[in-house]
Amino acid sequence: MELLAALTAGGLAGIGMWLLLDRNLIRVVLGVAILGNAINLGVLTAGRFAGDEAAFVTATTVPADPANPLPQALVLTAIVIGFGLFAFALAVLKSVRESHGITTTDSVTEVTEEPAPDVDEPGFPSGQDDEDRVHARGRKG
Amino acid sequence: MNALIVAPVVVPLLTLLLGITFRPRHAMVKAISVVGAIVLVLVGLRLVVLAGADVVLAAQLGGWQAPYGINLVIDRLSAAMVAITGVIGLATVLYGMVREGDPDVLRNFHLFVHGLLAGVCGAFITADVFNLYVWFEVLLIGSFALIALGGGRRRLAGTMTYLVLNLLATLVFLLSAGLIYSATGTLNMGELGLIFRAGEAPPAATLAVLMMLLSFAIKAALFPVFGWLPASYHVAWTPVSALFAGLLTKVGVYALIRLVTLMWPQYGDVHEVLLWVACATMLVGVLGAAAQNEVRRILSFHIVSQVGYMILGLALATPLAIAGAVFYLIHHIVVKANLFFIGGLAARLTGSERLAAMGGLYAKAPWLAILFAIPALSLAGIPPLSGFWAKFVLVKASLADGFWWAAGVALLTGIFTLLSMSKIWNETFLKAHPKGEQAIRPVEGMRGAWWAISSLALLTVLIGLGAGPVMDYAIAAAGQLAEPAAYFEAITHRGGR
Repeated sequence: MELLAALTAGGLAGIGMWLLLDRNLIRVVLGVAILGNAINLGVLTAGRFAGDEAAFVTATTVPADPANPLPQALVLTAIVIGFGLFAFALAVLKSVRESHGITTTDSVTEVTEEPAPDVDEPGFPSGQDDEDRVHARGRKG
Repeated sequence: MNALIVAPVVVPLLTLLLGITFRPRHAMVKAISVVGAIVLVLVGLRLVVLAGADVVLAAQLGGWQAPYGINLVIDRLSAAMVAITGVIGLATVLYGMVREGDPDVLRNFHLFVHGLLAGVCGAFITADVFNLYVWFEVLLIGSFALIALGGGRRRLAGTMTYLVLNLLATLVFLLSAGLIYSATGTLNMGELGLIFRAGEAPPAATLAVLMMLLSFAIKAALFPVFGWLPASYHVAWTPVSALFAGLLTKVGVYALIRLVTLMWPQYGDVHEVLLWVACATMLVGVLGAAAQNEVRRILSFHIVSQVGYMILGLALATPLAIAGAVFYLIHHIVVKANLFFIGGLAARLTGSERLAAMGGLYAKAPWLAILFAIPALSLAGIPPLSGFWAKFVLVKASLADGFWWAAGVALLTGIFTLLSMSKIWNETFLKAHPKGEQAIRPVEGMRGAWWAISSLALLTVLIGLGAGPVMDYAIAAAGQLAEPAAYFEAITHRGGR
């Protein structure tokens, strides 16, 4: 069982890495998600699959063959965090693709390497500047 | 006692919750934010005073004995880091007190800053590997929200880079935590330290810890995995990049110092690799800065090069070198955040942060010039400022160990740093503004920024003048790192290994 789970985790991690290396931003973000799940499975597997019962001790009974609850707790935490971060990553992805027409990792680099715009203050949070809207319109049209 | 040990996390979280509760009332949120930051500074100072009296706070959360429960330990290093986090947090929220701009964005800024501070402080006080992972995630979530704050094309593109590479580093961390548990059966740092120090660690555990060091190296922006930092820090709003520049990479450095000193107190193979990495980081960072021509891009590359100094101290592994690394950490956080603040204010006055489009500030804003000179000279290591003592101790420690080439690299990097700083000085302050003097507009509603900048500059001078006591503190902190009794105590109480 451990072997099967380990191989699955390894296979998923491979797929995740392969997607991460892609130029397309959608694939990169999906790669992070798959890699995250592969690692969650890996952490669970690293705790071994010994025991069949829930490790739940009551006043009267102690399970004879309990499963290791610690890796489960770790992975549960990691899943929750991973889910939140994936949702945020998707939101950023949607925004850079649809509002700003950035679809590849190359264009991400290109845009971040642009000289700093002349504004009141670097990145003053006054919402989008005009240049942004022009760009977005230009790409869509 | 127990309330104080969790205060570094509870204070920012409580501030955040109160802020969310009063979210429609912007003035109220800002007041809560400043009060919360001040309380965090006070908590940090109290912890430093306690740690200075050799009190080490330790607690088992929820009353569960280690290694079943989560341990919190605040020793000298943790206390100093919490205090300095509070100071930078306070300076950041003060700088964020601007009048113009989208009010909702400005309000959210305060909330996210406290979310991030909770994560940073949590990472500094925990003694459990998985708990450290959770705090890393907390600070990461805060930093994602902050770096994207305000939106815009360039910033969101930078957010994408920052997001993907930091997520990758955290995933590597999670995997290595799982593997460490699988190989040793524990995630408690004290127990891991005992296993490694006794030489009982199975090869799988060593491999897993090395993998964890790799993820910290990405966070700390060490050579060759620093690429994400100069690609993203310059896109954020000024106080956000200052906060990141001061604190985020330093959480990675802290984690490296904590784990390496805990597991390998003597110089060994790991240290040898770290030594080469440190020298490469110093040189590549400072050379990268030489090629840049925007204020914050230059400063971003300098973060990389300065992290190299701290890792140099860690790699040498002598008590003096570790003390030097701790001193460097404290000095650097203050100086680097301040330089970003000043860069932002200078850009606001001149209308750009491209060096070519700046100038004339020496005549128009002489105070800013003086305030820039203090951290800039300190960064380069000019006596009697704090950076000089930090570099002096590290160079002395490398020479004492016979690593003259490491000392040479450190000194060379110092010279290049001075060149970079004089480049900013010449272009921003001395040179006449390309559009004429009238292009420099006076800033209004930025009183908080002036407060933040001048107090951090004052702190730099104080650390420089009071280098003796600070260095004594750092040396004692290094002693605690070499012999982390509080980490081991919780385990040995149980009968231990």
